[in-house]
Amino acid sequence: MPTQKADPPVTGADFIKAYRLMLVARVLEEKLASLYRAGAIKGGVFLGRGQEALSVSVGIHLHRGDIYAPLIRDQAGRMAFGDTVLDTLRTYLGSQLGPMRGRDGNIHRGRPREGYYAMISHLGAMIPAVAGALLARRLRGESGIVGATCIGDGGTSTGAFHEGLNAAAVEKLPLILVVANNQYAYSTPNARQFACADLLDKAVGYGVVGHKVDATNLEQCLATLRRAIGAARAGGGPQLVVGDLLRLVGHGEHDDGSYVDPALKASPVGRDCVLLAEERIISENWAPAAECAKWRQEAEQEVNATVDKVRREPGPDPEDDDWAAFSNSEFAEHYAGL
Amino acid sequence: MITYLEAIRLAQEKALSEDTRVFLYGQDVGNFGGAFKATKSLAKEFPGRVFDAPLSEDAIIGMAVGAAIEGMRPIVEMQFADFSTCGFNQIVNHAATLYYRTGVPCPIVVRLPSGGTSGGGPFHSQSMEALYAHYPGLVVMTPATVEDAYGMLLQAVALDDPVIFCEHKFLYYHLKAEGLPESVLPVGKARLARPGRDATIVTHGAMLHESLAAALDLAEDGYEVEIVDLRTVKPIDTDTILASVARTGRLLCVSEEWPWGGVAAEVISRVSSEGFGLLDVAPMRLNAKDTPVPYHPDLWSVHRPTARSIAEAARRLLHI
Ligand SMILES: Cc1ncc(C[n+]2csc(CCOP(=O)(O)OP(=O)(O)O)c2C)c(N)n1
Ligand SMILES: [Mg+2]
Repeated sequence: MPTQKADPPVTGADFIKAYRLMLVARVLEEKLASLYRAGAIKGGVFLGRGQEALSVSVGIHLHRGDIYAPLIRDQAGRMAFGDTVLDTLRTYLGSQLGPMRGRDGNIHRGRPREGYYAMISHLGAMIPAVAGALLARRLRGESGIVGATCIGDGGTSTGAFHEGLNAAAVEKLPLILVVANNQYAYSTPNARQFACADLLDKAVGYGVVGHKVDATNLEQCLATLRRAIGAARAGGGPQLVVGDLLRLVGHGEHDDGSYVDPALKASPVGRDCVLLAEERIISENWAPAAECAKWRQEAEQEVNATVDKVRREPGPDPEDDDWAAFSNSEFAEHYAGL
Repeated sequence: MITYLEAIRLAQEKALSEDTRVFLYGQDVGNFGGAFKATKSLAKEFPGRVFDAPLSEDAIIGMAVGAAIEGMRPIVEMQFADFSTCGFNQIVNHAATLYYRTGVPCPIVVRLPSGGTSGGGPFHSQSMEALYAHYPGLVVMTPATVEDAYGMLLQAVALDDPVIFCEHKFLYYHLKAEGLPESVLPVGKARLARPGRDATIVTHGAMLHESLAAALDLAEDGYEVEIVDLRTVKPIDTDTILASVARTGRLLCVSEEWPWGGVAAEVISRVSSEGFGLLDVAPMRLNAKDTPVPYHPDLWSVHRPTARSIAEAARRLLHI
């Protein structure tokens, strides 16, 4: 076996860059939760609290020109890939000016032309789509690009997960599939979801490289995703990354998560990756506590100012919507009586 | 002579040769040339652009969606239309919604070898056009002639919207034409397949040919039946249908699919609400029986409409 080169260390600067994105995601999601309670959100709110370290590590290692199909709990990864507080709030608050124009909401947002795919709800479905995008890039002769998508422990049980990962493996596509095992799929615990000892076992079954990470630990997440994404970029084929963590909120803001086992909350997976990262920054003397507090304030200011702005923006106007499901406008039908 | 199947192969060959964005993906479509040989020799002719997929309909269509977002024009083959249910989610929830949600079109073509053949049985015989037409955002084509099989497949590839291309297996081998067409009607335009004055039959796919045979039978009794071939069931050409009913006052819809919520039901709904005054008698429909498609040829030939049952229905419509 060739000796594995030791990973270069994650520097303080890398760590802080990721931490600040996590912080923006955390603060933004706290705001979304309060807006939800105030009845200001159109539709549901699904948060990624506790999953920021894993998520940010995906987005931060992608380049412009790569493909990213984030899922439910990837606010941090989205910010790292270039999504904005503004686009996020416009989508949640139903502004006509957002990328989804009121036609889709919350986490179902993206800008596919920029490699930032807009997930459909059906879990697993984005995996084949990213695989196909990578196939297209290969057919066009592009190399050195990768595609990443994320899924939960529940989503690993779908047919699309199996079909997508298998097809990507057959084609040796540069796909990074990141599984956030947050111990529950809505209320369903791991024990009712799969029978393998660890979701990482799936990697060998599909013939892809597997990586395991303690997803409460930002440094480990950064190092692992850098390695996995680098390997895919270098032609190593699909990479399956499994991170263990705990969903620190309800499934959605409508859910109090009362079914979550208290023992898990008290265990290492139940730690808050944002707090751990902040402690690390301070203990390593990468920045003082006051600096961390200032970053949080800056994030709060940006979020609050953006909420104020977006709340004054117009919603979609049913009279203005062209109600066109076809891009060829001549195919649109105007049904009698509608 | 060119068969309907060969026309489909030739259209794919032309699409591959004229547009580098086109590629073919599906089970056994590579060196083997497809279960029906609709992609025969194309893998050799276009190296690296025609390749075998694993037995994964969801992945095949999902990958086509991703490739389309990246600017390609994938043509994917379902081995049989029936198996597209395993890729249904990607078709109706991903491909069909993409443009409305994101403003990015999804130019994929999903080829569905459709409809019944003798001995096909419950899972190799289905007609799924109504199912897909139900979803906003999908163009659903049902070519009934060799010329349309060729011309419409090329149109499908050129369209920016996702196309469900229902090619009828019953027509694959026995339907032949002298040559390939120079031109093709616009997408969504129906064709008057036979002029008449006494009644209108609206149909599509293999049922066109059963209906034409029924019309010959009725002509012997002195009745002239007009036949409209829908060609594309979505968008549907209501104007051509209404114009025909305006001439004849009588409507029979013939469709190989199941009756509930099918294309025939849709046509009758439109004519009833938009052309009620044109009708002299209540419109009729003739569909397959409302059971799974039976395997035994003796059952199958009664399960679907045939020239005989169509002529019988038309006689009732004409009160003969
Ligand atoms: C195919 C499919 N079935 C059901 C749902 C409804 N649903 C939304 S989220 C969810 C749980 C997902 O659990 P998991 O994959 O572990 O992700 P997590 O929510 O824990 O991040 C379910 C069942 C869905 N979106 N898609
Ligand atoms: Mg989960």
